[in-house]
Amino acid sequence: MAHYVAPKQGKLSQLFDVIVLMALTFGALYIPMFLGLAGGVKTVPEGAGQTWEAMGQNAAQIAQYNALGFTDPAAVSDIINARYDYSFSVTALVVMIVIIVAYYVLMLKFSETEYREVIAEKFDK
Amino acid sequence: MADFDITSKERDGMGPHGTSVGLLRVLGPAHVWALGVGIVLVGEYMGWNFAVGKGGAYAALVACWFAGILYTCVAMIDSEVTSTVAAAGGQYTQAKHIVGPLMAFNVGLYLVFAYTMLEAANAITAGYLISEVARLSGFEGTLDQRPFIILSIMFLAWLNYRGVLATLTFNLVITAIAFTAIIILFLSTTGIVGTSLMQHADLMSGSAALPYGWIGVLAAMHFGLWYYLGIEGTTQAAEEVRSPARALPFGTLAGIMTLLIAATLTWYVCTGLIPWEYLGDGLNGSVAPLFTAALLTNSQPLVWLLGVGTLFATLASANGCINDASRAWFSLGRDKYLPGWFGAVHPTFRTPYRSIVFLVPIALAFALKAPLDQVVTFSILSGLLNYTFMPLNMIMFRKKWPMGSIIRGYEHPFHPLPSIVLLSLCAITFFAVFLGYGTQLVAMIAFYIVASLWFHFWRYRFVNRASQFTMPWPRPKGY
Repeated sequence: MAHYVAPKQGKLSQLFDVIVLMALTFGALYIPMFLGLAGGVKTVPEGAGQTWEAMGQNAAQIAQYNALGFTDPAAVSDIINARYDYSFSVTALVVMIVIIVAYYVLMLKFSETEYREVIAEKFDK
Repeated sequence: MADFDITSKERDGMGPHGTSVGLLRVLGPAHVWALGVGIVLVGEYMGWNFAVGKGGAYAALVACWFAGILYTCVAMIDSEVTSTVAAAGGQYTQAKHIVGPLMAFNVGLYLVFAYTMLEAANAITAGYLISEVARLSGFEGTLDQRPFIILSIMFLAWLNYRGVLATLTFNLVITAIAFTAIIILFLSTTGIVGTSLMQHADLMSGSAALPYGWIGVLAAMHFGLWYYLGIEGTTQAAEEVRSPARALPFGTLAGIMTLLIAATLTWYVCTGLIPWEYLGDGLNGSVAPLFTAALLTNSQPLVWLLGVGTLFATLASANGCINDASRAWFSLGRDKYLPGWFGAVHPTFRTPYRSIVFLVPIALAFALKAPLDQVVTFSILSGLLNYTFMPLNMIMFRKKWPMGSIIRGYEHPFHPLPSIVLLSLCAITFFAVFLGYGTQLVAMIAFYIVASLWFHFWRYRFVNRASQFTMPWPRPKGY
């Protein structure tokens, strides 16, 4: 097999590569945030109670909230009442599974092609 | 069989790459333990409690133990592969030799982002803690946390720049103090010394037991990883330990045992003192749960001890993360997977100084702008992708170089059981992340797919083929 000689990369090209990678990185975190799609969706149900009793707190729990400095139940009502919504669509789940599996298949397939080249050049002397 | 002994003194530093100046081989098993536990122990001090929010207190305990099994598999696999592929870059270098360049590039990015995000999360917690100390000391108003976040990261980056031995010796001391603080809190609050303050029965009664039912238990696995995330970072020290065959398995396995104990004690103390809704809200409720637990004891010495413990744990973790992320970035640069400029070693301090400096502003950008739960999720997702790669890597390793074909520093038992268990638990955790944080999951995978296409079709042309394979092994079976 012919020996592959990698081209020398210029400084500007190196800088451009770093900028591309950084743009992708920041995009992955910040785009979902800017679009308001990121974060665990925890919501407070409408009409949720504001008193210790309505929020289902027993004496021990109330005592601990008091010890933490929360004597007014309304001050912690959002924390106590907020819940995740775990309902999901099966389609969304299937899409997620397909994306993850496709990702690993893509990785392994491209890697295999590149790996055979590496091994051939390393050992076929 | 290759006549090569991985404990050979001749493979010092960057020998395999033929450069004249390499990383220093100065570390022992205790430093490996300090690196692994140092990075992770902060997970007990903050972040794990989001698991309580996702499923309740019992769900967090189940997640703690199942995540413990997941990480025990990680530690077993890591101990074998890393003690054999003893070079900086950890799983990245393993992937390069066992799976192929594109997978290696992806694994390198997993490592850099998992650690950089963890570092950012640590800095956020350190800033919070200092503002709490100010509040408790009588400061009125809102303390600006940003200078403390910036200073923490800058100081630790400087320490890393100056040398690995001092960095990890520093980690050893502060990690030991942070671990001791958990033990003292446990002894002081559970009735072993003095009166028990535990109220598990009352705080976890009725709907507080499993507020979301069993789906909450599954969902809690997402943040259950936070109890141990980063233990795999011990592999990054592979090129700087005096004896890879001894130090890496010993340090890693001792580390996971330490963390299993610390995680269980933490869960027990915190759920016995803090109502689950407050404990489970790590943004508006309990940001640093062990510190909150100490506040509830009304003991000033415990408050100060756990305050110091939290600060030390965050610093130790950020310190280890800078160490690991820079090694992974450095390795990518050294192999030209990234611009070769990053692959330089400091002529005096023998550290990957350019990589250390380059990653500082990235960590700061996330620490100063992103909410804690999203930074944590970003880190967990990168870690999770790495853990999914590991069983595939292990199975291919044993297949391409069967037992006896090369000298292994350590051989893990029961193969392929740990790989199968690890893969199954990763599948469950993906589902757990999907419950509540599906958008981030898709965004993250999309990022890695685009980055992979960029690497395969553009970046890889700058990489020499044969020079990527640096281990003195025979040709892999089947190739």
